[in-house]
Amino acid sequence: MEAAMGLMRRMPPKHSETALSALLSLLPDHSSDLLSQVDQPLQVLFDEESGKEFILCEYNRDADSYRSPWSNKYHPPLEDALYPPAELRKLEIEANEVFAIYRDQYYEGGISSVYMWEDDNEGFVACFLIKKDGSKTAQGRRRHLEEGAWDAIHVIEVAPEEEGIARYCLTSTVMLSLTTDHESSGTFSLSGSIRRQMNMDLSVSEGHLCNMGKMIEEMEGKLRNSLDQVYFGKTKEMVCTLRPPSEVIMRLPDSTGL
Amino acid sequence: MAEEVELNPKQKKEIAKWFLLNSPAGEIQYVAKDLRLVLNDNEVYDEAVSESFPIYNKSHMICLQMPAGAGDVLVTSFGELGENEYLDPRTAQVAIVDHVKQVCTEVRPATDEELSSAYVEEFRSALDVEILKYAGEAYPKGVCSVYCTKGKEVEGPGFNFELVVVISACRLSPQNFCNGSWRSVWTIEFQDEAQVLEVKGKLQVGAHYFEEGNVQLDAKHECGDSTLFQSPDDSAISISNILRHHETEYLASLEDLRRKLPVTRTLFPWHNTSQFSLTREITKELGIGK
Repeated sequence: MEAAMGLMRRMPPKHSETALSALLSLLPDHSSDLLSQVDQPLQVLFDEESGKEFILCEYNRDADSYRSPWSNKYHPPLEDALYPPAELRKLEIEANEVFAIYRDQYYEGGISSVYMWEDDNEGFVACFLIKKDGSKTAQGRRRHLEEGAWDAIHVIEVAPEEEGIARYCLTSTVMLSLTTDHESSGTFSLSGSIRRQMNMDLSVSEGHLCNMGKMIEEMEGKLRNSLDQVYFGKTKEMVCTLRPPSEVIMRLPDSTGL
Repeated sequence: MAEEVELNPKQKKEIAKWFLLNSPAGEIQYVAKDLRLVLNDNEVYDEAVSESFPIYNKSHMICLQMPAGAGDVLVTSFGELGENEYLDPRTAQVAIVDHVKQVCTEVRPATDEELSSAYVEEFRSALDVEILKYAGEAYPKGVCSVYCTKGKEVEGPGFNFELVVVISACRLSPQNFCNGSWRSVWTIEFQDEAQVLEVKGKLQVGAHYFEEGNVQLDAKHECGDSTLFQSPDDSAISISNILRHHETEYLASLEDLRRKLPVTRTLFPWHNTSQFSLTREITKELGIGK
């Protein structure tokens, strides 16, 4: 399995679906491990009753059906399905509303969903998801086609600590894909996924939602900065180390006389 | 949708080759190690490896050291003389390589038939000198070579010939969890009748970051230019200026593509529930936000 995950870390992210299905066919006995450990792009379903889309993940799945956070109903309908308890459902509803506004402010579009369920230790787990699909700016301008996708999965385990304090363990995974297609001259593609964790003990005086929201916001900000500085910056450093910018090179005057 | 049927050896081999060929620059050995464990079938593994490594090595234009300080040789399709033999035009030697081990096992002098005619060689070596200068400044980790791919037997004016410039650079930093590569291939057609040089470039940048996940950059660019057919030395200078100009321009354009991520604004007011109710109402009123 370790070797399989090693392969997933090296294969081009834009081919991760192919890589995963290749591994599944080579290691059929490890399929549940592989599926749970390998990040895959988020998928959505449309909830007709609420007129909104919702994101699919393990946390809103029961058998082959998925529960919409808007209507709280399973698609396709399922009997004897699992639902969060009433109190948690109230929190879940509010989380979805608030998170939708957060998502709109940062991403100007896209889809979000939040799912909550009780865990075994008097606490609960919440999963916040965002799917921002490619902004295709190709209308009328044939020269440049740009697509940028950002899929984020934030899973927070909440456990009560001492009086008035709770511990929050956040595991965030972001999958991004940025491609540009200059029709005549070439292509640019930057894609992949990053995963990071953050733990905090916070007072519950302002409520769980406030704490979770702030943690997610901080995490997304840090991941965005990492991507920008470390990754884009490293590209520059890599490319510059491969090839210093011309300002640094002293060039003799052009002697071609053309 | 996992298949219940066991894969046959041919299918396993194709999958194995896919993994090997898709390895990022400088990482095929690591991929091979992991693949061997996952595949758990040494016969298939050996076949896949012997078929994929040559393709990978040529496509990544890997650089190998020739024994006894004879210099470096690039493994490319342009210099391929036989399955494991690669010409280094600069030193007029042929390197015999072991693709799977990615080493040069021996070296022999090139025969006259394997080299260009004296006439073409004048152009090739003048260009090689200029490219060495350029690549030396621009790519501290780079290796370059100039091959004659068409018309190497041409003895004098009156006929066309073609040279190819290859620049290959690889920066491996596994301890920092990042690796990068640059490949450029420039094809220069020396058109005798029109007395013109048609230059076509293919540039490729790659990078792999795997500190907290797996993020990869893959960018390709094609460009073209032309210049007059001059003496070997003047043509060489012209061509290297064209290369320098286009490559620099391309790298500058890559840096422009940085600003595409969602913008960070002022922090979201999570605690301010009254603001929420208000926003919610406004949102409903205006029908924004699906």
